[in-house]
Amino acid sequence: MTTVRGRNTTLTRGTVIALFVSGMAISYFVAAISRGDGEFVPLGIFALGMVVFGLLVVPASWFVEGRRKAINRTMTGLVFSAFGFALIPLVSLVWTVVTLGLARFDAQFFGSSMRNVVGAGGGALHAVIGTLEITLMAALISIPIGLLTSVYLVEYGRGRFSNWVTTMVDVMTGIPSIVAGLFAFAMFSLFFGPGVRMGIAGAVALSVLMIPVVVRSSEEMLRLVPNELREASLALGVPKWLTILRVVIPTAIGGLVTGIMIAIARVIGETAPLLIAVGFTQSMNYNPFGERMMTLPVFVYNSYSSQGTDAQAYIDRAWAGALTLIVIVMVLNLGARIVSRVFRPVGNH
Amino acid sequence: MTSPTNTTVRPRRGDRIFRGVSIGAGVVILSVLVLVAAFLVFKALPALDPSAQIDSTPDGFLSFVGPLVFGTLFSATLALIFATPLSIGIGLFISHYAPRRIASALGYVIDLLAAIPSVVYGLWGIQVFAPFIQPVYQWMSDNWGFIPIFAGPVSGTGRTILTVGVVLAIMILPIMSALAREVFLQTPRLHEEAALALGATRWEMIQMAVLPFARSGLLSAAMLGLGRALGETMAVAMVLSPAAAVTFNLLTSENPSTIASTIALDFPEASGLDVNALIAAGLVLFAITMVVNSFARAIVTRQRTKMGEN
Repeated sequence: MTTVRGRNTTLTRGTVIALFVSGMAISYFVAAISRGDGEFVPLGIFALGMVVFGLLVVPASWFVEGRRKAINRTMTGLVFSAFGFALIPLVSLVWTVVTLGLARFDAQFFGSSMRNVVGAGGGALHAVIGTLEITLMAALISIPIGLLTSVYLVEYGRGRFSNWVTTMVDVMTGIPSIVAGLFAFAMFSLFFGPGVRMGIAGAVALSVLMIPVVVRSSEEMLRLVPNELREASLALGVPKWLTILRVVIPTAIGGLVTGIMIAIARVIGETAPLLIAVGFTQSMNYNPFGERMMTLPVFVYNSYSSQGTDAQAYIDRAWAGALTLIVIVMVLNLGARIVSRVFRPVGNH
Repeated sequence: MTSPTNTTVRPRRGDRIFRGVSIGAGVVILSVLVLVAAFLVFKALPALDPSAQIDSTPDGFLSFVGPLVFGTLFSATLALIFATPLSIGIGLFISHYAPRRIASALGYVIDLLAAIPSVVYGLWGIQVFAPFIQPVYQWMSDNWGFIPIFAGPVSGTGRTILTVGVVLAIMILPIMSALAREVFLQTPRLHEEAALALGATRWEMIQMAVLPFARSGLLSAAMLGLGRALGETMAVAMVLSPAAAVTFNLLTSENPSTIASTIALDFPEASGLDVNALIAAGLVLFAITMVVNSFARAIVTRQRTKMGEN
């Protein structure tokens, strides 16, 4: 019986590389032999090669290095492959959206609505306008409420009421987006009758989803402001409300703006509440206080779900809409990152 | 100028107004939640009346919502089964395996992926993933068909509850792995170093120091992922071909539908009491997600008290 415990025996790097190369070679030969109907897929060969490599290296390690190191190598392999495995669908998603979306990502797409369009042509201008208007109104509702609530929680909140508010913000975070849409519909249908669909209802629904995100991120940012700054300002005789407005908020402004941009990115892609509360239309509607409006996410869904004659044209428009959405979300996220970097407090503060 | 003692006794007018406004915002939040519940209950009540004649649900509300509750829980559970091990793997990869320099970039990419709208996942699921996976389902049914959940006949489109489970898993993966990474990064550095100094391998260190510390955090991440999967609408509505059946079969075209997707699919054409029935179903969904989320919060609070607020 060979006990390796206590001895410094390891697989050398050369051995591991040799095993890796032979794993890949075996995989390639297997693929070459069994190549019947399918094409060579480099990624598939690589994946199979990694599996073979694992099957080679673990017994080798067990034999040379002992059980514990073999398990360690196995787990390392599993963690790496979990990451690689999860990457496949996400890369595929981004790749398909970009390649298929570019087919109709043109001037006509951003220059016309779908009014009187059957088959090819047409665009999503009405949806872009609807998304911008509804998201802007949702932001106008949520940002003041969210910011002031976080100011209350950080600067004033003591006792039972602030605990209640914190809990309720938590509960609001968990509201499914479709329930927010139903709420907005239920509220507006009480005032405007059972068939109500209008932009402002969608903005209310989005606000329900956006407010907790704004409260959360702003609360975190305000808590990061050092207490010394507040105390210094109060000691100079500045009233508390001016201290908050002139000292606390300016110090945290980068983080606050970042949080708000990320919250907007969260809600701008919401489909379900807008489908319920705003409905859809093929025509331009600039007025958020009357009649149905189109929004980008609903445009994507609708183009796909009700394909007319020349189905490919509808699918192409759906992908172009999806690409537009992803670009908007990415720009907002990157912008948020740039803002937080620009406004980052610089030393000596 | 007023003296400091005076300001604490009788606040200045600006202070009073500002304080009032910010408390008012808190009150708005409370009342919004009360309003959400009140409006939904108010609109749902007509459908709960046993004598109500609802076109889509002739046998009463419970027989309408029952299969949907089953489908909602079933698809979300499937998603959680796929996403939990993967997200733990990704979290560990970023926190303990990847080189420092690329780790933060990877974390950022994952945050970006969490922001992709669900309708895009739905479009991808039905246009790319379902056709891709359908032959695999055929193979699974041919070879493992004797296991009841894989029994045929296989759906020809691939739009089954299993596909929905996988797409939901992909959707909740970014948020769950982001949370897992956060939890892993909070492991006390000294615990890790102590384990390594005693001669533990990296995996043994993770087993001894990281995972015990992270257990409750991972549980609450899983609960939050479950909450997302339960309420997810568009991806399910687009991918699934629903039949409102109660079945554990993963591969057939007879699939249980979910609450959220049924609302999204039926609402635009619904009228009269059907609207009320759908709103009542939404209320049930709200209740389910609230239970799941409060469970997650309870875990976090218990953890905080145990750890003494860090």
